[in-house]
Amino acid sequence: MAGERSAELVVLGGGPGGYAAAFLAADLGRKVLLVDTETDPGGVCLYRGCIPSKALLHVARLLTEAREAEDWGVRLGKPRIDLDRLRAWKDQVVGKLTGGLGDLARKRKVVTVRGYARFRSARSIWVDKGSGDTETITFEQAIVATGSRPVGLKLLGELSPDRVLDSTSALDLPEIPPRLLVIGGGYIGLELGTVYAALGSRVTVVEMTSALLPGVDADLVRPLAARLETTLAAVLLETRVAGAEEARGGVQVRLEGKHAGASDQLFDRILVAVGRRPNSGDLGLENTQVETDEHGFIRVDAQRRTDEPAIFAIGDVAGQPMLAHKAAHEARVAVEAATGRAAAFEPRAIPAVVFTDPEIAWCGLTEAEARSAGRTVEVARFPWAASGRAATLGRSDGVTKLVVDPDGERILGVGLAGPGAGELIAEGVLAVEMGATVTDLKLSIHPHPTLSETLMEAAEVFFGHSTHFHRPRRKS
Amino acid sequence: MELMAKEMKLPELGENIEAAEVIAVLVAEGDSVEADQPILELETDKATAEVPAAFAGVVKTVHVKKGDQVKVGQVLITVDDAGSAATAPAKRRKPAAGKEGRKETPEPADKPESAAPPSGQEKPAADAEEARTDTPAADKGAGGEDQARRHEEERQRFREKQSGPAAASPAVRRLARELGIDVEEVPGSGTGGRISEEDVMAFARRLIATGGPGAARHPAAGRTAAAGPALPDFSRWGEVERHSMSGIRRKTAEHMAHAWATIPHVTQFDRADITDVEAFRLQYGERVSRAGGKLTVTAILVKLAAAALGKFPRFNASLDLDSEEILYKKFVHIGVAVDTERGLLVPVLRDVDRKSLTEVAVEMSELADKARNRKVAADDLQGGGFTVTNLGGLGTTYFSPIVNWPEVAILGVGRARPEPVLVDEEEFEARLILPLSLSYDHRVIDGADAARFLRWLAEALENPLLLTLEG
Repeated sequence: MAGERSAELVVLGGGPGGYAAAFLAADLGRKVLLVDTETDPGGVCLYRGCIPSKALLHVARLLTEAREAEDWGVRLGKPRIDLDRLRAWKDQVVGKLTGGLGDLARKRKVVTVRGYARFRSARSIWVDKGSGDTETITFEQAIVATGSRPVGLKLLGELSPDRVLDSTSALDLPEIPPRLLVIGGGYIGLELGTVYAALGSRVTVVEMTSALLPGVDADLVRPLAARLETTLAAVLLETRVAGAEEARGGVQVRLEGKHAGASDQLFDRILVAVGRRPNSGDLGLENTQVETDEHGFIRVDAQRRTDEPAIFAIGDVAGQPMLAHKAAHEARVAVEAATGRAAAFEPRAIPAVVFTDPEIAWCGLTEAEARSAGRTVEVARFPWAASGRAATLGRSDGVTKLVVDPDGERILGVGLAGPGAGELIAEGVLAVEMGATVTDLKLSIHPHPTLSETLMEAAEVFFGHSTHFHRPRRKS
Repeated sequence: MELMAKEMKLPELGENIEAAEVIAVLVAEGDSVEADQPILELETDKATAEVPAAFAGVVKTVHVKKGDQVKVGQVLITVDDAGSAATAPAKRRKPAAGKEGRKETPEPADKPESAAPPSGQEKPAADAEEARTDTPAADKGAGGEDQARRHEEERQRFREKQSGPAAASPAVRRLARELGIDVEEVPGSGTGGRISEEDVMAFARRLIATGGPGAARHPAAGRTAAAGPALPDFSRWGEVERHSMSGIRRKTAEHMAHAWATIPHVTQFDRADITDVEAFRLQYGERVSRAGGKLTVTAILVKLAAAALGKFPRFNASLDLDSEEILYKKFVHIGVAVDTERGLLVPVLRDVDRKSLTEVAVEMSELADKARNRKVAADDLQGGGFTVTNLGGLGTTYFSPIVNWPEVAILGVGRARPEPVLVDEEEFEARLILPLSLSYDHRVIDGADAARFLRWLAEALENPLLLTLEG
């Protein structure tokens, strides 16, 4: 039996929420201990999520552009993909970043403990380090940042395990399956579907609802949906998988719904991307006052404090949206609150980015939210067909839009679809957070020729006098 | 005989008082009440008040109970009105019982004039919000339920903010939060109502100057400045118990925190030889008690302080930061701190300079009794220009009282003790020495003024005839 250690702050989970919290607390002079199942911090985001998927999406983009270059007079020939090299490169990206985080933890004197932590009481955790080695660690305050995990599908339980992928195993690139079925038309399914399609798989996406990326404004999804028509084998909306069984030459899938009779229903692998679930079930929360809601999210207040005053929760385990940057921000709020500052989690704009091709990004109020809240907004749209920079990229299918409060002409939300939308949305976040008006955006000079001009031009569209897009304003 | 069901609503309680806590219900269903008979006892922020029946009748339904927060205009009881019975129309609907009776009780067809002031029923949603923040007692239950409610409220507020966010940058929002201000309440001066750092600062200054709604925002009193860190979990070290703060406790906490946070305090000490005053007090005490008062050291000090305020008008002033002016009061009203079961109250004696010492003593006894018996009215607690607080009865000597804002000075009095004093250069004599402590607002009063004021008071105590020399 190991002995007993203590820390002023214990952080459970080393993802982008957990390590951000641990590092900030250490910078503020706290004695911090970070428990994670990996040696170096990083969490799902670095090991099994954002970072490896973006490395692969970069490759996908490259492959797509190489193909498109033929139209521009550049023939590169058929790419040959060395899957082992590709995997090694991706792993090297991940290793470099997580190793760097390990260094940063050591430099800050954050003690890292490798193992699985559960609460033993509201003052202590119990860390299972594997092979019977356990340790009790007492703390004054704790931050739960244990994240989430992919939801599985029971009806695929009969299949051989290597037939079924989730976001984690899909990123391990076991092979390039000739025929891949993606269940779930959300951002994870579409991002990974895009990767495998670019690498050469015939990808079919099945989505239960009537649209891809449910909840995202339709005008932003449209350019993506149009492009996926050409890059994917099929997108089957309002359809669900009713069953799947091993058959000769693959997995025979039974569909129900609108496309129940779709012709091609034989696949080599199935990627399940139907959602993620908070990791709150096996944390020993019953030994504390911490409460969870009906979805398993830990209940927190604006300071991210749980019902147990000394315990905070951040990131995926503390509620939607499950996004790394939201977790990192919550980490700062929780640590500041824990150290006595009047911090609160009250963002006006949490950016969301879907790293498909084209990318989709939005922040603040969406049109759909405004509608369901019965709130009157004005929307100004600038189509990228009128952007010089988009034309030079051969990508005129994008759109930039502003959701505006008609009274104060304040920008409440920004939406973008097009290559690089994920980078461009940052300006939208700043505009919304600062309470910028459309005039502020219009009067800020944007560099030419860039896609960022589309934001300025959208502001001009609002007043009916965009230089490159003629649409007189409807009202005076 | 058909009776007319009528509602008795909470009448206006006084300036700026919109809600109060029920501390006793004095009637029960079925009781007959006379007009003006007390039906409820309420505690507002500082005063206790009885609510008299507006008309006679038989109590049909009591809509409130002890501990409830009631608002002006809220229905307290429904009464079968004896007076209107003869003329009442021959229809009688049954009023619904229970706490929600306010909404469900039928309005009388012909509302008599004696019915209380306009009800708050029709008020817009904004007022409902107000009500929530104005009734902090409701937020302070015990245990997990309380916590859950707090969570829910915070979520609610968070949602509200999401739907109608103020146009303020994250840095401005943080500033507001750290000042304990809800940024949604700050008027923005910029384009599209944008709120700047200056707007928040100006709002904070206004709040401080008016003691405004910022206090109400923070149920846990006194947090007008940055909310402090959360309490540690004391249950780790042993058993604890939680009690909600009473109205008086909350008000005291808010008031003191505000005074302490805004007034640069200095306290000076002095001693007065009151041997002769004491002899006078014993000699004439009987005469004053025949008049119905008690000739106490405090009464004498209050009377002398009135003279001192005439001589040093700065001590009877207030600071107006907005206009950058010092306001001098042409009247001499002096508050006297009274220790009651429910906490500290400071009833104010009016026009002390124009009253005889006997009158002062009599009135002080009356006010102190009212304060202790919860009969003091809100008006009795306002308008002072200077405060005297005597802890001598408890045996203390020196202390540094907190200035009772918006006043600028307060006199603390300790217990007089016999001490050997050198007289005639060789002989010690036992003299009765009274410890005096004067706290003041250094923005208005300088140390030298304070020293003069306190010395003047001490000398007046030692030789009251000096007063006559100066006129």
